[in-house]
Order: sequence, then structure tokens, then C-alpha cells
Amino acid sequence: MFNPRNAYQNYSAATNSSDKIIYTYMGKLLPRFGNVTYCCAGQLNPLLNDPYYRTIGIGTRIFLGGTQGYVAWNGTQHNPQAERGPNGVPTGGAATLALIGDIKKMSTQFLRAATFFGYGITMFVGIGIPIPVIDEEMVEFLKISDRDIYTEIVDYSVQRRNKPVIEKISYEELRSGKIMLNNKEVPTGSISSYYKARQIAGLLKDWIEHGKFLLSNQVSPLPMDDTVNPLNIVNEEEL
Amino acid sequence: MIKKKIILGFPENIVKKPIVYKLVKDFELEFNILRAEITPDIEGKMLIDIKGSKERIEQCLDFLKSEGVIISEASKDLIFYKDLCVNCGLCASVCIGKAFTLNSSSYEIELDKDKCILCGLCQDACPVKAIKLNI
Repeated sequence: MFNPRNAYQNYSAATNSSDKIIYTYMGKLLPRFGNVTYCCAGQLNPLLNDPYYRTIGIGTRIFLGGTQGYVAWNGTQHNPQAERGPNGVPTGGAATLALIGDIKKMSTQFLRAATFFGYGITMFVGIGIPIPVIDEEMVEFLKISDRDIYTEIVDYSVQRRNKPVIEKISYEELRSGKIMLNNKEVPTGSISSYYKARQIAGLLKDWIEHGKFLLSNQVSPLPMDDTVNPLNIVNEEEL
Repeated sequence: MIKKKIILGFPENIVKKPIVYKLVKDFELEFNILRAEITPDIEGKMLIDIKGSKERIEQCLDFLKSEGVIISEASKDLIFYKDLCVNCGLCASVCIGKAFTLNSSSYEIELDKDKCILCGLCQDACPVKAIKLNI
């Protein structure tokens, strides 16, 4: 299995200001800011624990779908130049990874077919990446917790590429299950399973302790200077 | 005093007949209509919470049956296939009754059927089809 975009280093959360239910790749969004969905394991997201990709790079051995796989390349829409907070952590979608592994050795516990009703088909892919504590700077990065990681809540009812940002929010608040939005209590829900993230982290730790998983050096670092070229729709005069 | 959540089905021939008011008038029951609709095949469906003495509730259910109302237990109309669930949290984000919640220490999805109002919003929000509604 070669998957060209996984493990997004942070991603915006979604809500809906319109008066209709909308079905998106961020799930079912209820009208009038009825809910907020997000898709990131926050403090357990590998790329948020190694925000400058000091250890995660091309060739890094990883947990993929229940077996061992590898980082093949940077993923599509890899955007390391995205805006970062003072702790170096991106505040929206940034790096992505292209991953490769033997699907025959994977388990349905960590690789599952899924459907976003009214949008399309997708897959839950369980990913775990070990991060070697190579120096003191790495310790600082690894100490990160949900309250230090922020993302933006974006209004998905607006049909354009640059959707309006409603507000910034921490993963600690998102993970609590409810947040205040426009003076109203709004339920939140994750697409990424935090339960699975913890299970994978525990399993990977166990494999490493028992010598079943060997840490690897990256063969080559992920690019730090790539940017995503937006597709702007223009009329004839603007060309 | 006991509380019961039931679904009342009103076949076409009694849809227009006033019946539910009798729960207060004749049986002194407290009730809360959580959901009511007339389906396209002209059948009335009502999700209702009733509160009162056990005896009174039983008498009331007998009365409803004699009027032709079809009674079913609400808790059987929501099926949660826990073995299919990946514990994401999308059901909790659309659950207006707060029946589906993500446990804050185990991070598993939990269902409290008593809080479910059978609105059905969760069914197509679940990406792995782990929720089924019969209403």
C-alpha cells in the first residue's frame, strides 16, 4: 500500500454557519454552528512532536496499519512553510507524509474502510512514528501537550478555497467535547480516533522494548522550503 | 414513580383521533413528547417519556392498546455495534440528546440510551456504519 498523503501535521477544524446540514470530508456539519469537527491526534500527532522534522524523514521506519512500514517521501500538499506559533508548532495544515507498507501484513484493527455520507469513501489508517530523544531540544518538543497546540475553526459552508476563519482554538478545548462558539455551547467531535492513537503508541513502545521494532535514521530530510501552489480561479481579464 | 420511554404508533385509521390528552386527564401521567411525526404512509409516530406510578402506566398502556395504538420500547430502536466502532467521536458531535459521548479518560465512545431522543442524526454521521436506527 502506497498512500500519498497521511499524518497531516495539524489541520483546521470545521463548522457550518449556513441553515442546512452539509456533508463534507470533515463529517456531517449541523446548521447554525451546530457542531465542530476536527481531525488530529494533537499531542500524540507525530509531526507535532517533531515540528521541524529533525528525526522524521524519508526512510524512517514506522508503525503502519498494524505492521512496519516506511516514510517514502513528503506527502502531497506538504506545506512546511505554514504559519507557526511561538513554540514552532504549525497552527494549521502543514507537513504531510507519503507512506508505504505491505497491506497483506496489516490488520483491520488499524486499517478500516470508511464512508463520509454525502461526500465519498475514505480509509482510517493507523500510523505511529517513534521519535528518538536525540538531545535536549528534542525533549522540549516532545513535552508538548494539547493546550499548546492550536488550530483554526473554519466555516465550511462558504464555497471557496480560502474559507473564513471563525476563531483559534486549542486541542485541549476541542478534546473536552464541547466549546463555546458565539456564546453558545457547541459539541465537538474528532475524526481521528484518539483511542486508537493511544493504542498504537502503546503497541509501538512495546515492540521497541522487546526489540521487535528497530529505530532507523532518516535517509534524507523532508523538504523545509516547499510551498503549495494554490489554484486561483480567475476570469479572462485577470489573466 | 417510574419513567418510561416508548414509541407510540398510530395507524392511519386513528391518526386524527385525539388520544394522548387522556394520559393526563384519565391517568394523571406526566409526559414529554420528544418527537412526533406523520410518516408518508400516513402513520403517526410519537416518541414519548411518561412518568407516573407503575400501576397507572400499565393501565394507560392497556388503554392505548385498546384504542389501536402500537407500543414499542424506544431502547430497541437504536442499535450500536460496538465491535465496529473505531472510537472517533463524530456521533458525539451530532448527538443533540448527548446520548453518545467520548469518555474523557478511556477515550471510548459511550452510549446512554436513556438520553437518546431517536432524532437519527448520528446514523449517517458514523463513517463505519456502527449505528442503526429503526424508527
